Parts: sequence; C-alpha cells; structure tokens
Amino acid sequence: MGMTITQKILAAHAGKERVEPGELIEAKVDLVLGNDITAPIAIKEFEELGIQKVFDNEKIALIPDHFTPNKDIKSAEQVKILREFARKYNIIHFYDVGRVGVEHALLPELGLVRPGMCIIGADSHTCTYGAFGAFSTGVGSTDMAAAMATGKTWFKVPESIKFVVYGKLQPYVSAKDIILHIIGSIGVDGALYASMEFTGDTIAELSMEGRMTMANMAIEAGAKNGIFAPDGKTVEYIKSRTGLPYTLYYSDEDASYIDVKEYDASKIEPTVSFPHLPENVRPAREAGIEIDQVVIGSCTNGRIEDLRVAAKILKGRKVHKDVRLLIIPATQEVYRKALEEGLIDIFIEAEAAVSAPTCGPCLGGHMGILAEGERCVATTNRNFVGRMGHPKSEVYLASPAVAAASAVLGKIAHPDELK
Amino acid sequence: MKAHGKVWKFGNDINTDEIIPARYLNTSDPDELAQHCMEDADPDFMKKAKAGDIIVAGKNFGCGSSREHAPIAIKAAKISCVIAESFARIFYRNSVNIGLPIIESEEAAKDIAEGDEIEIDFDSGVIKNITKNKEYKAKPFPPFMQDIIAKGGLMAKVKAELKK
Repeated sequence: MGMTITQKILAAHAGKERVEPGELIEAKVDLVLGNDITAPIAIKEFEELGIQKVFDNEKIALIPDHFTPNKDIKSAEQVKILREFARKYNIIHFYDVGRVGVEHALLPELGLVRPGMCIIGADSHTCTYGAFGAFSTGVGSTDMAAAMATGKTWFKVPESIKFVVYGKLQPYVSAKDIILHIIGSIGVDGALYASMEFTGDTIAELSMEGRMTMANMAIEAGAKNGIFAPDGKTVEYIKSRTGLPYTLYYSDEDASYIDVKEYDASKIEPTVSFPHLPENVRPAREAGIEIDQVVIGSCTNGRIEDLRVAAKILKGRKVHKDVRLLIIPATQEVYRKALEEGLIDIFIEAEAAVSAPTCGPCLGGHMGILAEGERCVATTNRNFVGRMGHPKSEVYLASPAVAAASAVLGKIAHPDELK
Repeated sequence: MKAHGKVWKFGNDINTDEIIPARYLNTSDPDELAQHCMEDADPDFMKKAKAGDIIVAGKNFGCGSSREHAPIAIKAAKISCVIAESFARIFYRNSVNIGLPIIESEEAAKDIAEGDEIEIDFDSGVIKNITKNKEYKAKPFPPFMQDIIAKGGLMAKVKAELKK
C-alpha cells in the first residue's frame, strides 16, 4: 500500500520508513509560528521550563498581526512580550509594525514556507502552507512552547480525504468559491481530524494565491491539514522567494483515502456563507441581503491577486452610500504592489478605506467592528456568532469579486449584476 | 479522579469565538478570561454556573481558532469537565495539554439533559447520570495522552524529558 503526501512528509520527519493513519508519532518540526494572541502564553510556559535557549533561533516565527498596530494598552503589552523574547533569544523572524503582515500571507513571501516542510503554528489557519506541498497544521500555545524548546511535537497521523475538482470555472468564480462550496457540501466537521488533499485539473490551473485561499480554509471543515501536490507553479514561486532547499513529495497512486469527493467546478457559482457557520452556503445571486460593511483582506483573501480582482470591479464605480468598504492589504509587499499598480488609487476613488496590514476586523479585534444588527460581507474565513463585533451582528463570507460587487450595490450580489 | 456537578447543555459546533470572544483576547489572564467564558453562546452562563459544573455539548465542540484561551477560560471558570459527541482537533489537543478534562461520548452527550446531576470517573471512563439513574461508558484516552495527563500536562512532560 502506498502513502499519501501527508503520510510521506510525517514519516520523513518522524525518521520512519512509513507511518499509518491513526499512528501516534513524534516528529521534528521545521518551523514554529506564533502570533500576538497565542505566543504570550507560549512564551510564559517556555520561560517556566528554565532552559536558556530555543531549539533553533532561525526556525521560530513570531508575527504580531492580530491586534496590531496595537489597539490598546493590553494588546501593546502582549506584543512587548514577543518583542522582548525575540531580542532575548535572537529570534530572527520577528516582524514588527512596518515590516509585519498577516502571518499566513507574510511567511510564504519571506520564503519561510517550502515544499516538504513540517510546520506547526499557534494559529488555526497555519494549514494555509499546504498550498506549497508542506504538512502544516494549527496547534495551541502549549504545543508551541514545547516545540520551541524541543524542536519536536506529537501527531496522530491523519486519514486522508481526496477532493477532485475538475472543469472550467465560470466568470467571477474563484478558489474561494470552490472551498466554500466544498465546506458547504461536507459541513464544518466534514473532514474532522483528517487531511484534505486537493487535486484535479481545476486545481492545477489555480495560482499559488488561489491554492493558499483553499488550504487556509481546510480548518473550517475541521481538517488537520489541507494539501496540494507541488508542481511547476509551486517551484517557480519558491525559487522566486528563497534559495533554501526543499523536498517535493507526491501521493502514491495506490495511497489509501477514506473518501474521494468529486466536484464539477463548472457548476460552482459565486458563493456566500451565511451566518453563523461557513457551511451555510448559498449562491450569491440568491442572497438578497442588504449590508452595512464590506471587508476585503485577511489570510484568506488579502493577497495582490485578490486586490486586483476587487480593483477591476471597483474601477470607475463608487461604494454604495450605505456601505463602508475596508480594504486591508495582507502585507507591506502587497500594499506596495497595489500602490504601484494603481489599485490603491482606484480604491480611494471608489471611497473605500485602505488600512495597514492587520488581521483586525476578521476576528473582531479592531479596525472595523460591527454594531448590533449590522451585516458585513467579508473575504475572511469565519462567520461565527460575534466574530466581527456585536454578538447580534452578521458576517457573510465571500470572494473578493462578490465582496467588491456587493460594496457597490449595497447588497450581496453576483458581480454580473453590476451595470 | 472524579467530577461531580450539574450539567449545562450546548448544541453542535460550539466554536472558540463563542467560548471566549476575541474582544477579550488582549489578555491571557485565566481569571479575566473566565469572567467571559461561553459569553457569546449564553451571555448569562457565568452568572448561573457554579464550581464543579459540567458542560455537555453536541458535535465538533471547540471548532475554530487555535486559541488556548478557550480551554483556559473553561478551566478557570471551574468547570470540571466537558463532555461532547466530538471535539475539534486543536481544542482537544489544547485541553489535554493544559489539563482540562474532556470526554468524547456520543451516547452521554445525546442523553444527558440540561440540569442533570452527573458524576464522572475519569479512570474507568464511566459517566453516571444521577438524575436519570443511568450510566454511560466513554472512550478512554489513548495511552500517549494518559501519559501527558498523568505527568500534569505537556510542559511538565517536556520538563521531565529535558532533564534526562
């Protein structure tokens, strides 16, 4: 019996020939990530160990992106813990305001994420890096602390589910619509504890950005990781970012899957997830919901490709008079590119607000919190109760195209409804 | 080890934003987090719940964020155990790591009602419903996790191993 790409990466990091689903293993990690919410707890636990060094000062990333630029004194104190820890242990990959971006957009840009790596992060959307053919999963602060000390962590080897996506995408349909559609079909625990492996000719056509959008949301189906086989696009991206080595792994033809799901991408429409779970999907065209705010950004859809899509729709148009449109480039590099390409000018002309990179409103942190009863279309990844503010506010998840069109029309809309 | 208390019942897919909303995550102080435990699932929860009480929920409890603040808030709120049909994986991991007792049992989670008085024996995995005079048997933790729990959480285990 062959192995899946996930089994192969885990076996390699556990120093074993092969590993089986359900097996408990101890694996070496190539990168340990934490942010300004999760790292302070990890740092406290690490310091209580009383050891004077981290396992590798080049394999830890501390990314204060959630409540930054700091929204209040308490969050400033949290980031201060990261900053001081980074100085004390000479953690190279600590990025402060002005250099920082949303972690899962920033680390690939920096070349810190490469095929074949085993990555853990104290952030649930760490699964994003599966886009590059890496095994990558979210853990908690204590796991982060232990890995900073030992360079190792324990895993239960997951079962794998294969998602085959084939066919040509309709206009305005993107990777976001595919993943929302998949989550809608299997539910928010449809891949609980499992690995989601994405394949098929539609997937091969997706850009690295699109693959990141899909892998990012694997956790919204309860998955341990989402993963894509590396290809020419992966290698091209990696080579443009880093000269460091990487290993390409592929699933064997006779690898075992607990389920295989097939999707005809040509039938997927621009999709919206209704409150309060990502699985509550409906076609954007049928939504008919009036809105107060739109957010375009986040680790799911705050990359340059996303801003280009939004700009194309917003060009020469104005945001609806009853809507606030917030656009948050995910990193400084994305921000600069958007500026150079004239996208920021289009956004400001359309009367959108553009902010510095931050997770901000996605988790109801700051920079666009909703009042009671308000509704927001967001390109983010979660629409739980109170996610973006008041417990009686509502978040509708969508692609950048649907979000931009909705901002103009004042209601959730299919982009082709624009005149 | 045993737990004994009154049950507060919740539905499916109770997520970490409901357990501890992100608006309170600018701190990691357990007592401060406990004040807002379950706030967006039930705003009155902390007014009603008493030390030792037990949360019983449906499937996929703790889905969403990796925030360890969620099990920390529940533990600091002095909830003695969470029983659910199933748990989201990061929440499960975090609970084991910090020593919040959690039990996966579809039978118990479905049958136990709000207000029931129950007793849990963690060694045998037997859950007694005193109100209904019934018993349920839960899945025990795998030995690897029992070892983490026995050593007092993941960091205590790491500390012991680093000393070797």
